[in-house]
Order: sequence, then structure tokens, then C-alpha cells
Amino acid sequence: MTEQEFNNALIERHGLEVFQKLKNSSIAVAGLGGLGSNVSIALARAGIGKLFLVDFDTVDISNLNRQQYFVSDIGRPKAEALPEIIKKINPFINIETLNIRVTEENAYEIFKDYSIVCECFDKAENKAMLINTLLTSSHNITIVSGSGMAGYDTGNTIKTQKLSDRLYICGDRVSGIEQGLHLMAPRVGICAMHEANTALRLLLGIKEI
Amino acid sequence: MTKINGEEISLPNPTTIKDYLTLNNYRTEAVAVEINGNILPKSSYDSYVITEYDTIEIVSFVGGG
Repeated sequence: MTEQEFNNALIERHGLEVFQKLKNSSIAVAGLGGLGSNVSIALARAGIGKLFLVDFDTVDISNLNRQQYFVSDIGRPKAEALPEIIKKINPFINIETLNIRVTEENAYEIFKDYSIVCECFDKAENKAMLINTLLTSSHNITIVSGSGMAGYDTGNTIKTQKLSDRLYICGDRVSGIEQGLHLMAPRVGICAMHEANTALRLLLGIKEI
Repeated sequence: MTKINGEEISLPNPTTIKDYLTLNNYRTEAVAVEINGNILPKSSYDSYVITEYDTIEIVSFVGGG
């Protein structure tokens, strides 16, 4: 398959203008678990030019119920396994990875070159840390975040809300693991697709939700 | 009138962001606060006094992702 053939298939579906805007864009994904693996794959399929994937963790058997990894990936760093999966879907995508734990001290340095960051962490404190650190230290970053996606309550309560020009929150805002609910593929996927669609809309110049 | 998460609220003066978060049982480690569209640094939570002209969004994050 040539790059031309691959691109033509996308152009046929999305039109040249959308194709070009996405191809010339990059997005950072912070966390490559239930949210991040799904967000990354969706954006790769949509034809995004570059993904910057950041996670310190390795694939665990307990991840397979919602994350896009395979049994053969168990034990491998997510920052290694996910790019391989993505390249089988979109061989011409540019992927940069960082196998590191994001902290308040390093977050700005890690993400400063990206104008859109998808927040895909699992712990509430780390979500807050990333939003607070990046929005305080940078005027150029817009964050699409996920909060509230556990359990199997109706998917209809998961939505995207715009809090400001630089902060969008996807999820139902309340269903967390703190309440003893467990993360399951469908609702996590719904939330991840809300994040991916919001990011895609931003890349196409649409800021409304 | 002060608006917090879409609701108009009357607050005693002075009420800081820290006061409001504590009174309403927010976990400060898991929140982000935006005032008039801009993120408020955590270091300013106990010094920022809420005014009647402020539109405030408080996100309380929950775990899972």
C-alpha cells in the first residue's frame, strides 16, 4: 500500500480540506489507558498527522477489559505497544512517545509544544494536576479532559462541556471509581470518543461543543 | 451576581475560593477552578476573594480513564 493510496481513501471519505487539516495537525495524549488508547486510535483512523503519546505504565491483564491492547502486549510498556497497534492501522502516521510519569514538575516541559492535549489519566488528582499545571503555565494549550465514565449506567449522561476556550470536559462528571464502580469498555469508549471528536472539531476550527 | 457552575449565588463578603471549596466539601487535590474563563492557580485559592461579577467554574474530577 502506498501513502498515496492510503491518503486517497481518506480524501474520498473526508474530502480534501478535512484531510489536509488533520494531516497537518498533531495532538498530545496524556495517558494511554482506557481513554488514551481509544482516543489515539480514533484520531489515527481519522488521519491525524502526528500523535505524541505519553505513559509510564505497562499493559496489565486487568487493562484488557477496556483498553485497546492485546493479550500478547501484557507486560509491555504502553508507550511501546500502542504505537505498534496504531501503525497497523495508519502506517504513515508520525508518532512520538515518552515513557515517563507526568508530574507537576515536568508537565509543562513535556507538553509545551502542543496546542491540544487530551487528558487521559485515571486518578482524579492527576487529572487536576495536569489541567492546573498546563493551563497556568501555558497560554497556548487547550485541554480536552475526561471525568466520569465508570459503570454501566446509561451512556446518555456522558457529554462534552465547554468550560472555557481552553478547557473541555467529557464524561458524566460523577461516575468515578471512588464510588466502587468499575470501568467498562462501552462507557469508557463513549467518553473517549467524546474526547477524540472534540479534539477533531478543534483541529477543524470548531470551538463550540 | 456571582455565578458558580451556572448557578447565581449570593455569598458573604469576603469569601475566598478556599472558603467556598471547604464549605461545599470539595477535595482541593482533585479540583480545577476557572474564574471568568481563566484558570486560577492553586496558590491563589486562599487569597482570591470572590466578587459579585465573577463567573466561576469548579471542576471536581473523579477517577477513571
